[in-house]
Amino acid sequence: MSFTFYVDVVIGGLILGGLYALTAVGLSLQYGVARVLNVSHGEFIMLGAFATYSLYTMLGISPLLSLVITGPVIFAAAFLIHRTMFQRIRKTSPSEAAFEGNSLLASFGLLFIIQNMALLAWGSDIRGYHYMSQSINLFGTSYALNRLIALFLALGTGITFYLFLIYTRMGKAIRAAAQDRDTAQLMGVNIHKVLGLCFGLGAFMAAVAGSLISMMFEITPTIGMPYTIIAIIAVVLGGLGNILGSLIGGLILGLVGNIVMCFSPALSLVAYYLIFILLILLKPSGIMGK
Amino acid sequence: MDNLNKGSFLKYFPVIFALLIISVLAATCPLYLAPFTIISVTNIFIYVVITLSWALFSGPTRYISIATAAFFGMGIYTSALAGELMPFPLVVCLGGFVSFILALLVGMSTLRLKGMYFTIFTFGLSELIRHTVLWWEVTRTGTVGRWVVSVDHTPVYYTMLIILIVTLAVCYGIGRSRYWLALQSIGQSEEAADHMGVNVTAVKIGVFAVSAFFAGATGATMATRWTYIDPSIAFNPLFSFMPILMATFGGINSITGQIVGAVALTLLADLLLTEFPYYYMLIYGVILVMVILFLPNGITGLAKYVKK
Repeated sequence: MSFTFYVDVVIGGLILGGLYALTAVGLSLQYGVARVLNVSHGEFIMLGAFATYSLYTMLGISPLLSLVITGPVIFAAAFLIHRTMFQRIRKTSPSEAAFEGNSLLASFGLLFIIQNMALLAWGSDIRGYHYMSQSINLFGTSYALNRLIALFLALGTGITFYLFLIYTRMGKAIRAAAQDRDTAQLMGVNIHKVLGLCFGLGAFMAAVAGSLISMMFEITPTIGMPYTIIAIIAVVLGGLGNILGSLIGGLILGLVGNIVMCFSPALSLVAYYLIFILLILLKPSGIMGK
Repeated sequence: MDNLNKGSFLKYFPVIFALLIISVLAATCPLYLAPFTIISVTNIFIYVVITLSWALFSGPTRYISIATAAFFGMGIYTSALAGELMPFPLVVCLGGFVSFILALLVGMSTLRLKGMYFTIFTFGLSELIRHTVLWWEVTRTGTVGRWVVSVDHTPVYYTMLIILIVTLAVCYGIGRSRYWLALQSIGQSEEAADHMGVNVTAVKIGVFAVSAFFAGATGATMATRWTYIDPSIAFNPLFSFMPILMATFGGINSITGQIVGAVALTLLADLLLTEFPYYYMLIYGVILVMVILFLPNGITGLAKYVKK
């Protein structure tokens, strides 16, 4: 266990954690603000991954460039889904709790729809491609360039979004809606637009994470579910509705996951669950919760 | 008094008569139906049982459980591990019991909290168990799959019939007991239920564990028909999805609705699997979304609306 081993574990953990943080921030927007516990979150990750894969292998579009295409397209699709589906459910549900339940069930249906459409389109084979996989030397160990780019882009997207939340009018509206939807509406916030935007932005982040995942790992149409589970745990870890908290939660899970993976790769999900169980037994409001 | 009894007997006579005919048919049908039909009917029983048991807890409380696959899978693994050690009926009971204990543990750790924590926990539960079992099998036993002692389709049919009858009786019994009122009040306003003196946590954990028992017993029974199992067969997320879809489709608030939903969609699944195998799950996803958008009370809700 030398020094380079620890550096390796930490940097590897940060790379994984950056991806988890991005997906967790996305889910936090969808659940914390739009109140949709979107269990199909991972499917948007998978869509992002496959869109990037197809654009690169068929049209030769560089994965970094395709982020600019897949992200907005998936954002628009998710915004439309919110406008048509979840807004209708919100109208027909008698109470907030009923809306949460029904939207959860609807997103469960969405999970099966998206996953099976992807299976029809791409088949169940494992796919992958090589892109910027040359190694770079850092602190005595070497890393594939694409991993470092992924870390940089994931954290970059997360931090940019955080600044957007703090410094823009729209960001303020989103934060207001997260705190108290009804009061925000009374203060003149166009709530339907904000909720749709949050759902769309959540899917956008999932799509970006998916593109980055496709540069590093092999992909199949069924990769989504584990990412959804991790994102949900990260959101609870950071405190439901706390966006900065879910970013930190994602990073923590990535570090822990990478440490466990060094010993036994199959047990990382078990480790996440242990954290989750300890959390809900000891501090259900999350590490950043009041 | 006599008249009243006669009147109610006459009123219920068609129902009693129909039930009598159904039970005679159900008890004797392996004698004259083809094995294929028996297996199809058994299949319907499975989905009716897991739908009823899912809706027993999640229907009135609105605590959505996505863990049926975990309980079903625990039953399957119990059957694989204990199948050679003890007689078949005991294996089935043990399968149910193992799931019961698992549900108790899950309930004790999450059901004191808000509903969403419970849903979140159950969402990953079957995935967690699948990974753990896979890890155990690969590192400790060195194999991935297991053989299950095979049982002929006729005893499996009768076992499923008994499980179905017990499930129905329990659902009906709880539906007419004070626990049902407690569950409903939890679904409507948990805090109010708590203040009215309902032991909220105990009721939730108890009913959740009972509902898991039936899913486990069903899994233990069905494993014998598959003969070969591995973690991804046993903990297939489909078994979490199906009861939710079926109960929502039929109408989550009535036993009739749940049975109608389970029977209709199992028959549809048989049709789709032979005609359009690749579109089967896609179509079921679309059905779930459509039902939630347009038929919030399911098809029995629609039938009532049309009647009015």
